Amino acid sequence: MTCKEFLAHLDDLIDGSISPEIRAELETHLHCCEHCEVVFNTTRKTIQVYRSNELYDLPENLRDRLHAAIMARCKKSS
Amino acid sequence: MTTIQSIADESEQHPDLALVARARGGDVSAYDALVRKYERQIFRIAQHITQNREDAEDVMQDSFLKAYEKLDQFQGNSKFYTWLVRISVNESLMRLRKRRTGKMVSIDEDLETEEGSVPRDLADWAPDPEQNYTQTELGEILEKTIKGLPPGFKVVFELRDVQGLSTEDTAEALGLSVPAVKSRLLRARLQLRERLSRYFHKKQGTSPMGHSLKGRAASEGK
Repeated sequence: MTCKEFLAHLDDLIDGSISPEIRAELETHLHCCEHCEVVFNTTRKTIQVYRSNELYDLPENLRDRLHAAIMARCKKSS
Repeated sequence: MTTIQSIADESEQHPDLALVARARGGDVSAYDALVRKYERQIFRIAQHITQNREDAEDVMQDSFLKAYEKLDQFQGNSKFYTWLVRISVNESLMRLRKRRTGKMVSIDEDLETEEGSVPRDLADWAPDPEQNYTQTELGEILEKTIKGLPPGFKVVFELRDVQGLSTEDTAEALGLSVPAVKSRLLRARLQLRERLSRYFHKKQGTSPMGHSLKGRAASEGK
């Protein structure tokens, strides 16, 4: 397996949506290719960091204000 | 056949559908529950696309109002949330278009870019690299890093990887094909990885951007 072929399956490997046969091939490649191992691990880490540090959270007071405004507009339109 | 199918579907209905049915019947409190359930997510999508807090607030309000007014058009064969996302993405793009004085903006924008499609930075990261930064610094880095991505990449990454929607639901919400979602997701992940590498490389002493590793110093000082 080439690095290009590995990259084509990277998302499936990360998401676990892959057949056991292809997974075994990818893992064999990972064992002998340091660069692909780095790309695989750091891409997984990228997702994990974004997932555990959600951006643009709504502060509670702003959320309440916007929620009230939305519901007032909905009631007016119904 | 249709009747049998709809009876079968009804028994496995998503809980949102019952709220939608009540809201359609005039029960505003049912819609209130749907708004509360999804307002954070819709706000984040709007902020990702518009990159402007005031716009995101307006988009969030307009999207929920529009969805409420169009509840009768909602087809129960899709999930309420994917339908709502679609409305909010369109509202966000319209808002962005206004800001860019009429320039066409779509989630296909900048699709031609090849950036990040081939990994170039192949140096390993430090173990738990985020620990080298304070929460505020990390938030700034993550925001700066994702900000430069095309809107179509950001929103696919947000829906799939942060909010955890399936590829199929993401495709439906964005009006894209499944292969298009997959292609955007791979490129979004690789571009983000490439950009984060600048901050997360294995290093000694200080970070490449000149950070003083306040986070680590603070945690070690505890």
